[in-house]
Amino acid sequence: MPEVLKAPLVVEFPFTRSLGPVQSAFLTGLRERVVLGVRTTDGRTLVPPVEYDPVTADELRDLVEVAPTGTVTTWAWNHAPRRGQPLDTPFAWVLVRLDGADTALLHALDAPGPDAVRTGMRVRVRWAGERSGAITDIACFEPYDGDPGETGGHDGRFADMVTGIVTPARLDYVYSPGRAQSAYLEALSERRTVGERCPLCRKVYVPPRGACPTCGVATAEQVEVGPRGTVTTYCIVNIKARNLDIEVPYVYAHIALDGADLALHGRIGGIPYDQVRMGLRVEPVWTRDGRHPDHYRPAGEPDADYETYKELL
Amino acid sequence: MRPIRDVAVVAFGQTDHRRSSDELSEVEMLMPVLHEVLDRTGLKTSDIDFTCSGSTDYLAGRAFSFTMALDGVGAWPPISESHVEMDGAWALYEAWTKLLTGDADTALVYAYGKSSPGSVRDVLTRQLDPYYVAPLWPDSVALAALQARALIDAGDTDEHALAGVASRSRTSAAANSHAQLRGSVTQGDYVVRPLRAGDCPPVGDGAAAVILAAGERARELCERPAWIRGIDHRIEAHGLGVRDLTDSPSARLAAERAGAFERPVETAELHAPFTSQEVVLRKALRLADDVDVNPSGGALAANPVMVAGLVRIGEAAARIHRGTSDRALAHATSGPCLQQNLVAVLEGDPR
Ligand SMILES: [Zn+2]
Repeated sequence: MPEVLKAPLVVEFPFTRSLGPVQSAFLTGLRERVVLGVRTTDGRTLVPPVEYDPVTADELRDLVEVAPTGTVTTWAWNHAPRRGQPLDTPFAWVLVRLDGADTALLHALDAPGPDAVRTGMRVRVRWAGERSGAITDIACFEPYDGDPGETGGHDGRFADMVTGIVTPARLDYVYSPGRAQSAYLEALSERRTVGERCPLCRKVYVPPRGACPTCGVATAEQVEVGPRGTVTTYCIVNIKARNLDIEVPYVYAHIALDGADLALHGRIGGIPYDQVRMGLRVEPVWTRDGRHPDHYRPAGEPDADYETYKELL
Repeated sequence: MRPIRDVAVVAFGQTDHRRSSDELSEVEMLMPVLHEVLDRTGLKTSDIDFTCSGSTDYLAGRAFSFTMALDGVGAWPPISESHVEMDGAWALYEAWTKLLTGDADTALVYAYGKSSPGSVRDVLTRQLDPYYVAPLWPDSVALAALQARALIDAGDTDEHALAGVASRSRTSAAANSHAQLRGSVTQGDYVVRPLRAGDCPPVGDGAAAVILAAGERARELCERPAWIRGIDHRIEAHGLGVRDLTDSPSARLAAERAGAFERPVETAELHAPFTSQEVVLRKALRLADDVDVNPSGGALAANPVMVAGLVRIGEAAARIHRGTSDRALAHATSGPCLQQNLVAVLEGDPR
């Protein structure tokens, strides 16, 4: 068995989210160094504020300012901060009940070590130098032994409200395609295409995924297919994809490689787009460094008879 | 309230759970388990009325990965199929309701998760509130550690008692050939204080499958079906600072609705990935000291994400199949600090 392939895979996404009236006020407040909570119908103040009461489901809109000082309700010492976390030096995760609030906010506490942290300790907000209207406008909390902070009685109305946030996320993976697809990719590096035959229905799947989707059994018998094949169906692409250096219009087709029972897809070149047709016989064109065929071009054979590929449509 | 139709777990299978299964794609890892439960019941894929799976794209970093896994089921000609972006225990709940409606007499439920391609501590941050919490990237161990500290402050446990939970679980797992961490395991250093390495679950890959059947069909397929006497799931507020982290009212309510408190259980398979969470659950589920908790080793011995909850139901059912238990409780959790909880009560026929 060839060695299983591996490659780094990075998934990054900047989720753009709109804010409702309560979240908008809270995050705008952070930008202006004001911490807001929301008052429930039974008189509690929730910080961070939510739009619906988690107990009664009442709609909540009554914003009230709370103090930037508070009390730690629980904590955990994080000696090895991870990417994206608020501080890159050891810190405590804390839930902090701000003065004037009935619930606690999750954030980081900058403290010299775990011996300097305890439940019940007093802390205050350390504001970030640059603030944009995000939870990270609170850089972290810091120990504080003074009086409860002042609140200005803000009602949550600001000029120039923050109405949306972008939350970037990045996750790093090492992708491994498994046994069947590794063998497929290894063969491609030798410019061969291999599928796998189902032991029950005898169909040859390409690319193989290790299972027959009809019979639900493992496939293992390798079968070389192609290199030539038949266009079973196609479409004409008129929109240029970003980062893709192909002139439009071009043809994208399903191609049944000889010996395969499943069509794979590829681009058709070497023929005007409006002359591509079902049944066209094609062959792969490899570019020098390509890990797979760059495109398929007419093989110069007569068209395949419809009867020979109709099952693969 | 007694269900309107008797539904039972009639077969259960699971992979060996391992730190990494690079050489296998998800469907390659899953397929032997599917065949195991089919073989055990003598059913073919075409005999299954309903199929439901649990998994998440975030583990492997690939969109719609569950559609690939369907290749292992035999989804052509078209089958009746559904998927939950949750632990497979919730897929089992959906299949159970499907059987209750009478639309189906048999169901295949499976779950798979490969944590090895990424960093599961980071991946799980993406299930958190995206406005106030996820931008801070608090990882799963950090959140569990906040809960553990709250329990210690409340006098419900201490680090020594937590180490005892870890030790008991992995000692039990010595008899479970599928488990990933077995026998004597040192508590190790703090990961996020007060939780040490031994208080945390292993990170691993695995899959599991269950077959459900209704009424007489269950008796045909299994010598001693594990009847689902009740099953319920509940959720709490997503805001951690709104909740009392030392308690699990959602687990208690689910247990009550599942009928867990009507009579004592002998066995409890709890999905408590962290030692401190077992402390919370024992209290919330009112488990007496003589209840055999996690004889399989539980999630501290193997915690394939999206699978470990279904494994709890499967392990509880397997004890009934084998006749080593007559009434068992199975629990699954999802979300930070036991935010969501599912409880099932399983019974064998009287002997
Ligand atoms: Zn087949």
